[in-house]
Amino acid sequence: MLLIPCPFCAMDRPEAEFRHAGEAHLTRPPDPAAADDAAWADFLYHRANPRGVIAERWRHVHGCGRFINVLRDTVSDRILASYRPGEKRP
Amino acid sequence: MFEIAEAPPATRLMLRGAPEVAARAGAAFGVVPPLEPCRANQAGERAALWLGPDEWLLLAPSDADATKLAAALEGLVHSLVDVSDGTEALLLHGAGAALALSAGCPLDLHPDAFPPGMATRTVLGRIGITLWRRGAADWWVEVARSQAAYARAFLAEAGRGW
Amino acid sequence: MIGSPRHEGMMQRLLVGRMFQGRLLPESMRTADGGRVERRTDIRFSFDGADYLGCGGDTLASALLANGVHLVGRSMKYHRPRGIVAAGAEEPNALVAVVRGGGRTTPNLRATQVELFEGLEAHSQNRWPSLNTDLGALVALAAPLLPAGFYYKTMMGPRGLGLWHRVFEPLVRRAAGLGRAPRVADPDRYARYYAHCDVLVAGAGPAGIAAALAAGRGGARTILCDEQAEPGGALLSEIAALIDGIPAREWLAQSLAELAAMPHVRVMPRTTAFGCYPHNMVGLAERVTDHLAAPSPDQPRERLWRVRARRIVLATGAIERPLVFPGNDRPGVMLAGAAREYLLRWGVKVGSRVVIATACDTAYRAALDLATAGVAVKLVVDLRAAADGPLPQAARAAGIAVLAGGRVLGTHLRGKRLDSVLLGRGDDGRRRWFDCDALLMCNGWTPAVHLHAQARGALRWEGERGVFLPGEPAPGVESIGACNGATDLAMALAQGAASGGGAVPVVEGEVPALPGPAHVDAAVAGDAFVDFQNDVRADDVRQAVAEGFHAIEHVKRYTAGGLGTDQGKTGNMNLLALAAAARGTPIPELGTTTFRPPYTPVSFGTLAGPARGEMFDPVRTTPLHAQAVAEGAVFEDVGQWKRARYFPQAGEDMHAAVRREVATTRAAAGLFDASTLGKIEVVGPDAAIFLDRLYLNAIATLKPGRCRYGVMLSEAGFVMDDGVMARLAPDRFHVTTTTSGAAHVLAHMEDYRQTEWPELRVWLTSTTEHWAVLAVQGPRARDVLAPLVAGDISAAALPHMAVRDLKVAGIPARMMRVSFSGEQGFEVNAPARHAPALWDALRPRIAAAGGTVYGTEAMHVLRAEKGYIIVGQETDGTVTPGDLGMAIGRGKGDFIGRRSLARPDMLAADRRQLVGLLSDDPALVLEEGAQIVAQSAPPPGTKALGHVTSSYFSPALGRSIALALLAGGRERTGERLFVPLARGSIGVAVAAPVFLDPQGGRLHV
Repeated sequence: MLLIPCPFCAMDRPEAEFRHAGEAHLTRPPDPAAADDAAWADFLYHRANPRGVIAERWRHVHGCGRFINVLRDTVSDRILASYRPGEKRP
Repeated sequence: MFEIAEAPPATRLMLRGAPEVAARAGAAFGVVPPLEPCRANQAGERAALWLGPDEWLLLAPSDADATKLAAALEGLVHSLVDVSDGTEALLLHGAGAALALSAGCPLDLHPDAFPPGMATRTVLGRIGITLWRRGAADWWVEVARSQAAYARAFLAEAGRGW
Repeated sequence: MIGSPRHEGMMQRLLVGRMFQGRLLPESMRTADGGRVERRTDIRFSFDGADYLGCGGDTLASALLANGVHLVGRSMKYHRPRGIVAAGAEEPNALVAVVRGGGRTTPNLRATQVELFEGLEAHSQNRWPSLNTDLGALVALAAPLLPAGFYYKTMMGPRGLGLWHRVFEPLVRRAAGLGRAPRVADPDRYARYYAHCDVLVAGAGPAGIAAALAAGRGGARTILCDEQAEPGGALLSEIAALIDGIPAREWLAQSLAELAAMPHVRVMPRTTAFGCYPHNMVGLAERVTDHLAAPSPDQPRERLWRVRARRIVLATGAIERPLVFPGNDRPGVMLAGAAREYLLRWGVKVGSRVVIATACDTAYRAALDLATAGVAVKLVVDLRAAADGPLPQAARAAGIAVLAGGRVLGTHLRGKRLDSVLLGRGDDGRRRWFDCDALLMCNGWTPAVHLHAQARGALRWEGERGVFLPGEPAPGVESIGACNGATDLAMALAQGAASGGGAVPVVEGEVPALPGPAHVDAAVAGDAFVDFQNDVRADDVRQAVAEGFHAIEHVKRYTAGGLGTDQGKTGNMNLLALAAAARGTPIPELGTTTFRPPYTPVSFGTLAGPARGEMFDPVRTTPLHAQAVAEGAVFEDVGQWKRARYFPQAGEDMHAAVRREVATTRAAAGLFDASTLGKIEVVGPDAAIFLDRLYLNAIATLKPGRCRYGVMLSEAGFVMDDGVMARLAPDRFHVTTTTSGAAHVLAHMEDYRQTEWPELRVWLTSTTEHWAVLAVQGPRARDVLAPLVAGDISAAALPHMAVRDLKVAGIPARMMRVSFSGEQGFEVNAPARHAPALWDALRPRIAAAGGTVYGTEAMHVLRAEKGYIIVGQETDGTVTPGDLGMAIGRGKGDFIGRRSLARPDMLAADRRQLVGLLSDDPALVLEEGAQIVAQSAPPPGTKALGHVTSSYFSPALGRSIALALLAGGRERTGERLFVPLARGSIGVAVAAPVFLDPQGGRLHV
């Protein structure tokens, strides 16, 4: 079970308190109607899913309730950083 | 060993907003909602638990009047919602309470890691709870009304055999 | 051939363990003194129905050996007789079932780990009709026909499948395999806990004890666990060395006493660290009662501990390797270190006349200690060309014959036990049978790196000794002692102390064992077993390589080597060495196998813990559950909720009750508990904008005091949830969700609130459980309510889709004029604590109005007659609002899912659309999920046009109705289609999905 540093609770918290929420830093186009079908499909469905470091979202649902961003190595499961939504990826 | 008691019905208010909301609410409610994460402030029979960066659970006796608080907050952008009947509180007392809780709660409940005055949402087995340590051997467990029976049975089972 | 097998000692062995003149014979192989067993009390136990005596502190294995019993099982594939090989968790052969009665049967336990207690009943496995006369052994005659990959080659292929399932598989399953699971429920309790510490030490041998002492003395919260009943590991069989000037066992006792006195240190015996998981989490299985003759019912049988440790110190020791030679699997052939442990820990001689074969110095310790105990050590055959280290020299000095450069060429079985061994010398062709009743072997030691590797630590190859050692570890994990390559006591203690910055104990009197490489004869053939449990021979490994399986992971899967319940603890390194030799490559090039948890098997009961029966999942009941029970409700599970499904009256079955409830509600009034609906209070100046962006419908234009139906889409454009938006004030909404969608919808809303639109001033609070919901529906609903309400609820004052806070029966309530029945409807939201009082006030008025209480089944029929959808029944994650005939709210801009509705596939004319279906036979109720086609006898492969989503008997129409999703369905109204079922095709007509009151007049009265 992962131990995820929560930037809002300011402590490491167990994975059981979180829900995974997919890849981070996907920006919803400001004017979806202007996006062509390919771009929209890309936004909806295509994910990087890297082998290595991924920026992903978790929601601390059984904690502070916040969505957070986490940098995790998908090979080693090591967590390199966690930060608040809207903050720049370290 | 430990005992489980049910807390009497209480007034529960979910307060949301910026720090100035917390400050003004504190003046009207009698307990200042803490800004420090995972802390609870208590004064007499009233308490304010930090649940999130803009989220507090206010606890008061069931006959408490919330209108004074609502009036005090007028003009500030905030949310105040009565959730009194959504949860029940189980009161755990005894040296064995932490062990029983650790059957379903993955947090470190050692006093160094979870000292008196700490409060947070977490999990207990298959359900979510709000856990507030009021003293070395005193715990306040907020549990959804429909899940209180599960929580009681879970804790009783976890305390067996020691 | 020189010499021949001899038969002395046969009489003695025949009598062992049998009743003799009415009493049990004493053990024959127990030493007079020494060891750590309690000799004063006899413990009676049985194995395969025969009674024996053992001592306190025995394992089943040590007690059987004390009684001269070596044969304990039959092998999985060839049914060869097998004996006890090891003394610990690595035991591959001695798997037994322990029977405690009443469903308490545990198969596949290692006899080396079963603690003896008064009345223990154990049975051997995989034999029929008995261990001694096993007909399955005939399979061994066919061994040449059952090579590696036999099952793959023989049983696979489409043509053979029928035969395989009917004939071969049941036969193979009966003949092979291990123990049988009991057929009744396990009556024992199991517990599960989380624990946290600064230092977790896995393994309480010398290194682990030293590490725990160092950590504990430094004030760290420490857990020291060990899989055995008694902590100490190798110290328990150390009789020569002194530690810090006192005998090793004395040092152990002092150290354990010191640890026990530290309040921040917890020593856990009988506790296996079975798995290392990410971020320093370790799984421990603690056996609480298995060793007790009469356990307390309050105690769980086992506890699962999930320990989060800042530092994990692995002191898991090393596992002795067998030698691979013909006949190495006979009962009586065992590991030399195990034989020494049986002698020094349990006071048991594993034989009277032993031969030792070794490729490693440590076996000489066994030779010396056995000789001292009076066992005839006839010869040490050293497979190495020279045996000149301090230990071999000590053996020679003690008068033990040593043959360097020797070979083991075969063994001979007489009855149940080895009786001679064929030895050769170098390659000169000379060979000779040696009479012996035990052959002890040692091929070096494999560090137990399992937990290190599970934690994703790297391994490094140490060629000189032929071992993989821990390389770069995972953060916070370290290995000490024998699992880290320590070869003697001094080194183990030093590594342990160093891990916690403690003082290093001084060791005296230990004769060092020189490390050396493992010995593998690349050409060894015949019954030379590499994996005892899965019956894999050296021949099989070579064949796998010859057939092109080169990576060790492939060799393992093809031969099944290392895939047994022991996971090849003893055999894997030999397997690797043989495969490498067959390929002609160095061992590291073949790679290592993956170490997976659990280290030793963990029972399902332990993993499940208390989560079974009533505690498997929370059972959630509404505030009106007691009222429903009192009304005689039959409940159904809706997720975790118990909901009243229907309320049968005397003589009614479900259909009759539901028809009555539906008809009565339509004719007069019905009372329904809708408390499980999800509820979210959406508050803030931007609440309306926020909801407008999340729902298909126009929310921003909704006036305070009014309600609107809302459909929530996923960003992909599919219907996700629906509910009612009630605007209580300009900045406050009461939003309902489906029962099952409550948590998901809140998470979805929070996601957009927090991450997409953090600038919106709005907050969400779940009020699902705060409000109980009593739905009063039907033409007389207002008559039922009005006298109880402090205020005007006339159609003019509270029209359809209005909301107002009112007192009902003196209780502050949030009253909504909404309907999920198509009738005049009110949903009264009351704080949960007042719900029973409100029910009690309404119930007699419902009765007086000629109404009824109704359950979820009637609710479904009422809504289906009106064509109201249920998310999750009419939708399945691929359904758009257009498919359901729903339009986007007027004047709306962008909202979640809108852009996706314009994708080409979402606009296709042949999308499945919601329609009604009327079967030709009005009495016939279609099956939900049934497929719809155009022909009455569709040929195989015909693509379905759609499927039935809801189907009921409608009391209002006096006939069956169904809702369906049908390709281009709205254009097909009036068409006749078919629902093909096994018993024949059913003709149906396509209709509009609203069967009753399409103008909605009944809602507004």
